[in-house]
Amino acid sequence: MKSIRAPLLLRRQGAASALQHALRRQSHPTSILTASSTRQLRRSSSLSQRLDAKHVMFPGAVKSEFSSTMRFEHPSTYPALPTYRVVDQHGVVVDQSFTPDLSDEEVIKLYRDMLTISIMDVIMFDAQRQGRLSFYMVSAGEEAVSVGTASALAKEDVVFCQYREQGVFQQRGFTLAEFMNQLFANHKDYGKGRNMPVHYGSKQLNIHTISSPLATQLPQAAGAAYALKIQRMQDPSIPPRVVAAYFGEGAASEGDFHAALNIAATRSCPVIFICRNNGYAISTPTLEQYRGDGIASRGLGYGIDTIRVDGNDFWAVREVTKKARDLALQDGGKPVLIEAMTYRVSHHSTSDDSFAYRARVEVEDWKRRDNPIARLRKWMEAKGIWDENKEKEARESIRRDVLKAFAEAEREKKPPLRAMFEDVYEELTPDLKKQMGELKIPNMSNNDRVVIAVLIVLSITVILAVVGIKYVRQVARSRITARQVDHGEANEAGESENHGQAQAQAQA
Amino acid sequence: MKRSTVVIRPSARALSRQASSQSFLLARSSALTSRQRRLYSTHPPNARLNLPIDYATTPLLAHTSQAALSNPELPASVRNGTTKRMNLFQAINDALSTALAEDESVLIFGEDVAFGGVFRCTTKLAETYGGDRVFNTPLTEQGIMGFAIGAAAEGMRPVAEIQFADYVFPAFDQLVNEAAKFRYRDGAGGRSAGGLTVRMPCGGVGHGALYHSQSPEALFTHIPGLKVIIPRGPVQAKGLLLAAIRSNDPCVVMEPKILYRAAVEQVPTTAYELPLGKAEILKEGKDVTVVSYGQPLYKCMAALKAAEQDFGVSVELIDLRTIYPWDKETVFNSVRKTGRCVVVHEAMVNAGVGAEVAAAIQEDPETFVRLEAPVARIAGWSIPTPLVFEQFNLPDVTSKCYLTLGLADVYADGMPRDIRRHQKGDEFLRDLSMNSGILKQSMLHSSRRGVDWLMGIVLDDIILSVFLV
Repeated sequence: MKSIRAPLLLRRQGAASALQHALRRQSHPTSILTASSTRQLRRSSSLSQRLDAKHVMFPGAVKSEFSSTMRFEHPSTYPALPTYRVVDQHGVVVDQSFTPDLSDEEVIKLYRDMLTISIMDVIMFDAQRQGRLSFYMVSAGEEAVSVGTASALAKEDVVFCQYREQGVFQQRGFTLAEFMNQLFANHKDYGKGRNMPVHYGSKQLNIHTISSPLATQLPQAAGAAYALKIQRMQDPSIPPRVVAAYFGEGAASEGDFHAALNIAATRSCPVIFICRNNGYAISTPTLEQYRGDGIASRGLGYGIDTIRVDGNDFWAVREVTKKARDLALQDGGKPVLIEAMTYRVSHHSTSDDSFAYRARVEVEDWKRRDNPIARLRKWMEAKGIWDENKEKEARESIRRDVLKAFAEAEREKKPPLRAMFEDVYEELTPDLKKQMGELKIPNMSNNDRVVIAVLIVLSITVILAVVGIKYVRQVARSRITARQVDHGEANEAGESENHGQAQAQAQA
Repeated sequence: MKRSTVVIRPSARALSRQASSQSFLLARSSALTSRQRRLYSTHPPNARLNLPIDYATTPLLAHTSQAALSNPELPASVRNGTTKRMNLFQAINDALSTALAEDESVLIFGEDVAFGGVFRCTTKLAETYGGDRVFNTPLTEQGIMGFAIGAAAEGMRPVAEIQFADYVFPAFDQLVNEAAKFRYRDGAGGRSAGGLTVRMPCGGVGHGALYHSQSPEALFTHIPGLKVIIPRGPVQAKGLLLAAIRSNDPCVVMEPKILYRAAVEQVPTTAYELPLGKAEILKEGKDVTVVSYGQPLYKCMAALKAAEQDFGVSVELIDLRTIYPWDKETVFNSVRKTGRCVVVHEAMVNAGVGAEVAAAIQEDPETFVRLEAPVARIAGWSIPTPLVFEQFNLPDVTSKCYLTLGLADVYADGMPRDIRRHQKGDEFLRDLSMNSGILKQSMLHSSRRGVDWLMGIVLDDIILSVFLV
């Protein structure tokens, strides 16, 4: 996508970028041109070939040496990037340099976060099957990736999720009520009942609302990271912040993924790209998704610091993210790519039956062999801070809490119909106002509402006053009449008494 | 008043067959010295219609400081200020510079933006405001747009440039699914991509062919959440662009690239905004309303002048300015008065802005009952823009010309004026038939002059539509 004028422009650009590269080389220890004087700097920034140079500084590859051997590089000749782990399947620490940086209470809190989303997943999946919910997506098997990475971020960091990261929300403090309000799209849902279930978002927790299209969040994350970087440049009192962007290995095939990594690298954006490589994109296995060494190898191609990590190892994921955050804030900001290897134990969503494309035994194997929750539990039990009783108690109380939040959210009202037209633009347009009218939605502003409320109160007061006055007058009148009647009766009674006496006298 | 066109044509053809540039120059100079000898691409002598647009005299541009400052839409402080002569790209540069100076959160980026942009709209901005705020991006439209949306969502006011509107399509997903829906999706959170402004050059210049001439505004007018803006000149460009940058809704600003250098006017030097979502009545009239925006407005204006002069009709010309959400009220009020409406745009006629305007007019009960003729659309054919045929793809008239000759009999009584009985109408039709002959020939010998001349052909189309309605 380039204009016909582009080649000319590119040439100019090339010259500029070559200069930048050359300048950068100044600090590079292995540089052939270990220039220190201005004269040498000038020479090194020149594009022309130096006499007997081992390489020419092509603008696009300033460090490439000439070779007289024609050799194609085969991906298979390179070893696959290693997968970092701290704790093995048995809960045993394998990285001897590792020391946990969390208190026992903090570890237990994060373990409970993982437990919570896994229990909520089961309940909500069933609720969908019962027809009480339109849709749901579970994250079974991937709890460590979301909770582990989130635990290493700061509260002020900005997060872009894909859709299978409920652990990130849970870790950052999204309440069960907030989850349920979104799932039931009731009037307390921040999304005002507009989004499908699991499209959570929280301004308070700095997590952008999830959108269904895959990988669109990635270039946005780069732009958001650039915004944070500029804001800190303009106001150094703002704490350093990074952006974390989550996506799956399937999303990494989208153009937006490549655009995001490239633009984040060229603009030096403090963003951590976190890939959950769970083996499947709905039904498509990784072998049909990509060739080459996973997603991590692409990070290197874009000049990005990259690591592959065991996504079922909570501690490894956390340690890696902690380090990634530091890296992302170095040198004025730079992107980092984490590829967390895991397995999607769950179906893609409630609309999917994964046994149509993978063997049940494969899933059962993964569940048994390597479950991130079980692995952290083993580590905690080995440390003596967790046991069967605590596990049982935790599971029961979480289940109770989830069901309570579920029942409460299900009972709440739906959002008002006018929410359908709001927030398309900052202000309702004349067209939208007209369309609201056609749908018989009263088009009132808050001011209008206040005026109407005042009018209603006034009219009720007037009616009450009128009725009251009438009543008082009526009562007064009836009292007067009654008094008159009483008076009359008294006279009559007196008369009859007199009459009686007269009769008595007569009889006597 | 017999003309010698028919006699001249063979010699002109012979001239243009000569391949060398020298002979071309000779031919040109001879054409200049003698009105009898000219190229196909030049206008017929004494032609009144289809003349190239004279941007130096068009009443649609403010040629004097006084004209620019008398604009009632400008605040008093601006009207008491000064003006500077600027073309469209300079006015855009001025607006961008103003935005960068007044608001630290404004960022400007896109392909080749740092050195000034391929159309020079960002000249000197990187030097003045620093490479952190004005910078190049890699060649990835979807990346540029996603990056801009993310920055906007975190409180910045990014102005992203797409080098040509023809290349916006990889960014379409980001614009439609993300920018336009960001606020709606976030709901109570209130976060939005409202700080986003996207600029892109659009429209034909005569040699852009398939991928350097499109006007895809109708694709964006289908998207609630976006505002689509097309300025017609420097004063508008500055005011509308500043309004778009300051607006809290994502705005798509499409700049007719043929006007970058052609349209020159006196532009107020201080910062000002022109209202979004408001149309401008450029000329009041009684008999027919012409609705357009961007570059075709100049063709409309010239056509209306001729039509009013020749046929005594009174035409109202409306510039939509914001194509979506568009100012229905102004258009409806005008059509209720005139009873007739013609919508003119350069983009393809199918499912275009013309369709939307026409449908809205006939849907509005109060306006519909005042209609005295169907709403007419004058727009591009439903084809891509082919290089050597580009001039015929701009709203074209030849076929309609002959059609009108036929229709003149059928509709003689229904027309406001019978053009055959009108003395000037005869001249007009003669002009048209002569032009159509030249059109055919210029198909064989396309040249820049020819292109410039043929760009003016829309004039006839508008005039004919005035007759037709």
